[in-house]
Amino acid sequence: MPLLWILVIVLCLGVAGYVLGRQRAMASAGGDRRILHSLPSYYGANVSIFTIVPALLVLTIWLFVQPVVIERQVTSMITDTAIEDAGSRGLVMTDVRRVAEGLDVAIEQGALTSEEARNIRTEFTNVRSRLGEVGVALGSEVTPEVLDAAQRYRELNRIGNQMMTVVVLILAALGLGYAYARTHQEFRARNTVEYAILTILVLASTIAILTTVGIVLSMLFETFNFFQLYPAQDFFFGTEWAPTFESDASELGLLPLLWGTMYVSVIALLVAVPIGLFAAIYMAEYASARVRSIAKPLIEILAGIPTIVYGLFALITVGPLLRDYFAEPLGLGTSSSSVMTAGIVMGIMLIPFVSSLSDDIINAVPQSLRDGSFGLGATHSETVKQVILPAALPGIVGAVLLAASRAIGETMIVVLGAGAAARLDLNPFEAMTTVTVKIVGQLTGDTDFSSPEALVAFALGLTLFVITLGLNVMALYIVRRYREQYE
Amino acid sequence: MNDMRAVERDVDTNDLKITARGVDVFYGDTHAIKDVDVDIVDNTVTAFIGPSGCGKSTFLRCLNRMNDTIDVARVEGSIMLDGEDIYDPKVDPVQLRAKVGMVFQKPNPFPKSIYDNVAYGPRIHGLAKDKAALDEIVEKSLRRAALWDEAKDRLDQPGTGLSGGQQQRLCIARAVATNPEVLLMDEPCSALDPIATAQIEELIDELRSRYSVVIVTHSMQQAARVSQKTAFFHLGELVEFGETGHIFTNPSDPRTESYITGRIG
Repeated sequence: MPLLWILVIVLCLGVAGYVLGRQRAMASAGGDRRILHSLPSYYGANVSIFTIVPALLVLTIWLFVQPVVIERQVTSMITDTAIEDAGSRGLVMTDVRRVAEGLDVAIEQGALTSEEARNIRTEFTNVRSRLGEVGVALGSEVTPEVLDAAQRYRELNRIGNQMMTVVVLILAALGLGYAYARTHQEFRARNTVEYAILTILVLASTIAILTTVGIVLSMLFETFNFFQLYPAQDFFFGTEWAPTFESDASELGLLPLLWGTMYVSVIALLVAVPIGLFAAIYMAEYASARVRSIAKPLIEILAGIPTIVYGLFALITVGPLLRDYFAEPLGLGTSSSSVMTAGIVMGIMLIPFVSSLSDDIINAVPQSLRDGSFGLGATHSETVKQVILPAALPGIVGAVLLAASRAIGETMIVVLGAGAAARLDLNPFEAMTTVTVKIVGQLTGDTDFSSPEALVAFALGLTLFVITLGLNVMALYIVRRYREQYE
Repeated sequence: MNDMRAVERDVDTNDLKITARGVDVFYGDTHAIKDVDVDIVDNTVTAFIGPSGCGKSTFLRCLNRMNDTIDVARVEGSIMLDGEDIYDPKVDPVQLRAKVGMVFQKPNPFPKSIYDNVAYGPRIHGLAKDKAALDEIVEKSLRRAALWDEAKDRLDQPGTGLSGGQQQRLCIARAVATNPEVLLMDEPCSALDPIATAQIEELIDELRSRYSVVIVTHSMQQAARVSQKTAFFHLGELVEFGETGHIFTNPSDPRTESYITGRIG
């Protein structure tokens, strides 16, 4: 029975369970809902949950486990000589699955009856051409061994699917019966439903956490593979970045990339922090309500511009401008891609991050502090400088570190603005590149995931992750350490 | 209520510090203060009493132009401090506020050390030549606010770490440090427990020897205890203004009597 049908049947049982449970509860109370422990809908929901949840849980697990079990059974049928002929066990198994699928397709299209499919023999029929007729192309002639394995594969799958259908439907029916039997006016259906809701919420948050863990683990494993192929000290302390895909002579030093990342980020923050902070102070302290209602959304539009558009702006406008009016007259270089270009444009991108968060934080400083300062004869700017900014400092530091995390992870602006040449240089008008750009570079095009040149991307990614994680932890620490408590 | 003591209490001088004539305040379309005349005498505690929303805090905030920080507020009429109109365009509200200090309803120490809280005003007005002079101002102000003994060993600790009553005395010290001539207090004890309240009231009586003090209070007992002059506000109007003893024992307006005896408010 197809999967969709099983799902539909289970859900129908669930709906039926809802109606039945509700009716039974009402009947047990003699039609007076005030005698019931819970609202009637809770009794219905309770039966529904018992019908649907265990059945679907088993279904999900079954769908994951069955292929693994069948694979193992079928693999054991294949002899070592067949594996040697094909190259690897995986390739033989791919053939087996393909033949099995092909036979199924042939039956579906009517080219073979199921009887014929079961009894097909390589000795009498050219299986490859028979399957080719129904659109399943095979790479080589089908050996008797592969055909046997494929038949076994089909057989096991058929049995497995039948068993799954039976087990799931029986479980749904049992759940329905059990919950229905328990439905009684004193049964605490509300508590069961509450518990089910709690479980859903816990699951949702667990998925978010597990995903993070999964990302970190996958990075860790690949990084580990990388360090098997390439010495760690050469990666962390190497000052050359020169991957070559032909030989083993690649130089994969992290330092030039890290230097580029830091250099661009620092320039970006030097642009974004003062402008963003001053804009926030104006918005929160000086601007009238009307100016604020117009200007604040306008600033926040900056945050909505895709970074590739900023990259174009860097490439077309800022880069040539800096080259023609600063770099060339000063004799500092002739490249329109430069750290300065990327830094300034990235800084503009970060302005709304700094200003929007700082604005909220400054607004959260209690009015009584402003009154106190004004009441002592302080001017507005004295009040801002000496009372409001110190009070808002932890939040502002948090905003800046968040912006820094963004800057470190930014890719598109750097690709278009700063170029792709890994270099350790102090000149801000020189083209450099960052970690993120090189991650993209190493993984685009034809990549062989067993070479250090591709795997280095994971080591780079993990390094970035550790850096931004460190920044976030630091931000949290600062915010906690210096936060003033206002009621 | 110890009214007799209040009657016997004398007003030390009769120099007028602040004279307000025909003051009207509008918040947008709301007419919050209607044609109020008040004379604040030097070295005197003047209490503003009245039911909630009667405009007594609003009027207090006119006296140091704190209403300027509210966009929709508009003040008409004349308020003279030592014969000078404080709403004259020539007057800088920032300088005025150094002369007319203010203490607020809820203690609002800055998130700085106790020392820096008190030194805040002297620093922004350049009152101290050097560190020693600043130290002296801080000590003197804390002594005047009766906080020196409790705070002298922890001057570098945050002002927000003090208890509520100590915080309010810190705010008084902070206001005193700029050497004001008038101290405005907007319900300074409403967030404090009875013991802290008693300490502040005692302090107010001492402050009277140097400053003229104007206090807004909800508590009639407090007005009777600390003030020499009392003004009763009702619905934005000044109903009655006079000697505290007179107002509490022999009010001339029936509304004052109703309020004091608890019939309105």
